[in-house]
Amino acid sequence: MTKTGYEPLTSIDAITAGLASVGYISTREISTAIYLAHNLRKPILIEGPAGVGKTDLAASMARYLDVSLNRLQCYEGLDEGKALYEWKYGKQLLYTQLLKEKLGEVMDGAGTLNAAFDKLTSFEDLFYSETFLEPRPLLTAMKQDKGSVLLIDEIDKSDEEFEAYLLEVLSDYQVTVPEIGTIRAQVPPLVILTSNNIRELGDALKRRCLHLHIDFPEAEREQAIVRARVPDVSDALLKQLVDFVQGLRDLDIRKRPSISETVDWARTLLLMHATELDEEMVRSTLNVLLKHESDIQAVDKDVRTLARAAASAN
Amino acid sequence: MAEQVLTDFIRALRSADVRVSTGEAIDAAEAVKLIGYADRQRLSDTLRCVLAKSPAEKLAHDRLFDLYFSRQPVPQSEPPAQEDSSESSESEGPGDLLDLLETGDETAIAMAMERAGQEAGLQDIRFSTQVSYFAQQMMKSLGIERLEGEMMKAFRERTEDGQAYAEELIDGRKQMFSRAREHAKQAFETYGAGATLAFREDVLAETALTALDVRDLGRMQVLVQKIAKRLAVKHSRRRRKKNRGQLDVRKTLRANAGFDGVPFDLAWKQTKRDKAKIVAVCDVSGSVARVVRFFLMLLYSLNEVVPDIESFAFSGRLEDVGDTLETDDFAAAMDKIVNSIGMSSTDYGQSLSDLKMNHWNALDRRTTLIILGDGRSNYGDPRLDLFREAAGRVKRVIWLTPEGESLWGSGDSELPRYRPHCHTMKQVTTIKDLERILDEALSRYS
Repeated sequence: MTKTGYEPLTSIDAITAGLASVGYISTREISTAIYLAHNLRKPILIEGPAGVGKTDLAASMARYLDVSLNRLQCYEGLDEGKALYEWKYGKQLLYTQLLKEKLGEVMDGAGTLNAAFDKLTSFEDLFYSETFLEPRPLLTAMKQDKGSVLLIDEIDKSDEEFEAYLLEVLSDYQVTVPEIGTIRAQVPPLVILTSNNIRELGDALKRRCLHLHIDFPEAEREQAIVRARVPDVSDALLKQLVDFVQGLRDLDIRKRPSISETVDWARTLLLMHATELDEEMVRSTLNVLLKHESDIQAVDKDVRTLARAAASAN
Repeated sequence: MAEQVLTDFIRALRSADVRVSTGEAIDAAEAVKLIGYADRQRLSDTLRCVLAKSPAEKLAHDRLFDLYFSRQPVPQSEPPAQEDSSESSESEGPGDLLDLLETGDETAIAMAMERAGQEAGLQDIRFSTQVSYFAQQMMKSLGIERLEGEMMKAFRERTEDGQAYAEELIDGRKQMFSRAREHAKQAFETYGAGATLAFREDVLAETALTALDVRDLGRMQVLVQKIAKRLAVKHSRRRRKKNRGQLDVRKTLRANAGFDGVPFDLAWKQTKRDKAKIVAVCDVSGSVARVVRFFLMLLYSLNEVVPDIESFAFSGRLEDVGDTLETDDFAAAMDKIVNSIGMSSTDYGQSLSDLKMNHWNALDRRTTLIILGDGRSNYGDPRLDLFREAAGRVKRVIWLTPEGESLWGSGDSELPRYRPHCHTMKQVTTIKDLERILDEALSRYS
């Protein structure tokens, strides 16, 4: 194995414990994927519904490893200039203007046009050097000496051509800048790609990545997550509210409540000094969980049964 | 051995439609080297992370993993087991039946079955009908001949003891054979079931739609989904394409105002692609209805690429059936349409004028109009004038018919008269034909 900066990633259990220490409740599968990604030096592609903690996993890994998080948010039309690097054209131009006089002095000795040209070419690299290179997230991630976590968020929103650019970065951990050369990562970053399945990703990309599917958590794990975020919530309320949300996800609604919405709801209930779930309380705070008017109406008739089931489960 | 286990597992995955590239196989081998075979749960987690790359593939993986590793001896624990059986296997070859029966050692029997399976080439099993054959082959390599010889000898002795021994051997033989069968069956489920399915699908894709059996409908639906996905992947490229070569002066100037007008950033003119829109007009009377069913099924599976689909069904009169079809139970919706609309006698002229009266706005310049029908209008007025007008309003007109070209124009068929106004007129018999037509229609939007 290559030597890397991430010492703590020695076993799967260590990863689970480490993530827990920064407030991310991992599962066996998630920790295994991270462990493999680190040891095989492969990126991980994470798929799953919105709001199950895909992005949060990357942020937590960065916190746990104490390295920087470089985030690249993908969107339609994203190109290499915004993802890899860009030349600082303005600065280059400004420098040429400022150096005009200096150039005159330097050129002074040159008698002929050819001599002047030769002199000029010997300075050319000045303007295409790292001073004028504006690194974007991908390049920044490659240049971290300590290693880093590179999060390529919502890759499914980018164009197919952009996927192709990524291949070099993902398989060799290097970026080629024609004017300078190839910049290779000293310590390969831990790369995490997320996708919400807006479009099918290319096979070439999938082949190069490990694949992790994160679904909505089981009741037990969700309780642990809410507990970690909202430590003040009582055990009874915690169990009831998670049961209620789990029941809600089984209904036929447009947007199923995500984990962060469960956490928000727990905070809301806590603010309202709730100790137990009751129907009225649920109805008045339902808009924290459901963000579509039609969804709120759709579950209207189920609220009573769900709330009762959750309350009686204790 | 350890590598063989993994290679065979990957083979099983591939037969079940999980795409595993060579690179991924190498990754898997490295991952397994790291994780080891000792912890089954961990092994499963690892392999599904490295090899299965979509929810469907993960399901297939879980099913096969349980099947496969339930019978596969874990490689690392193998050496001691081999030592046990080495005394007997040295003289009579691997796991002789007689010895196995005598000792009745479960692990030894399982090991012997495994070996016999490998010798018989069990990983090549493809059809359920091959199970018996492979079981026979396994019995042979287990040394059935020696057992049978022993049995005959016991019979010939004609003593009571001999008879009893022979009976015992017969029982044992039966027992072993059923175990071998069981083993072969499991191998079929691991390696073969997926392949059989793939084979059936290939056949279905080439079968005439009118000749399909009711029991094929479920499978057909799966096949249609696959085709739809294939088309979607192919045609869902982005709608804008860069048109390198033509400079967009206005945009370039604006983008570079900050650089004193020196054009560092060039902006190119872009052409927007039309969004695909398909209007399907389908004859749902008798003979054509079956083809229509699959055509509409395929069309409505395409909503990822074709955001705009409108469909009309007719026999005597024409009606909008788009809303009826936008439900989960496609088959029921289709039955309803055929029963309510398809019962009167076909009248193309009347249906065209219904289309003009009520739905003419559905036809616009980005529309591909697809008509599915045999053009047999019971000698009524075909209303060519309306058809010509419709053809003028839309991007393309495609006419699909289940009848062969030799029948066009025979009897009450008006196809030759409609033909000059169509861009394409084609016979469709199989689902593959439909795929080809839709593929072609959609590529006009790029």
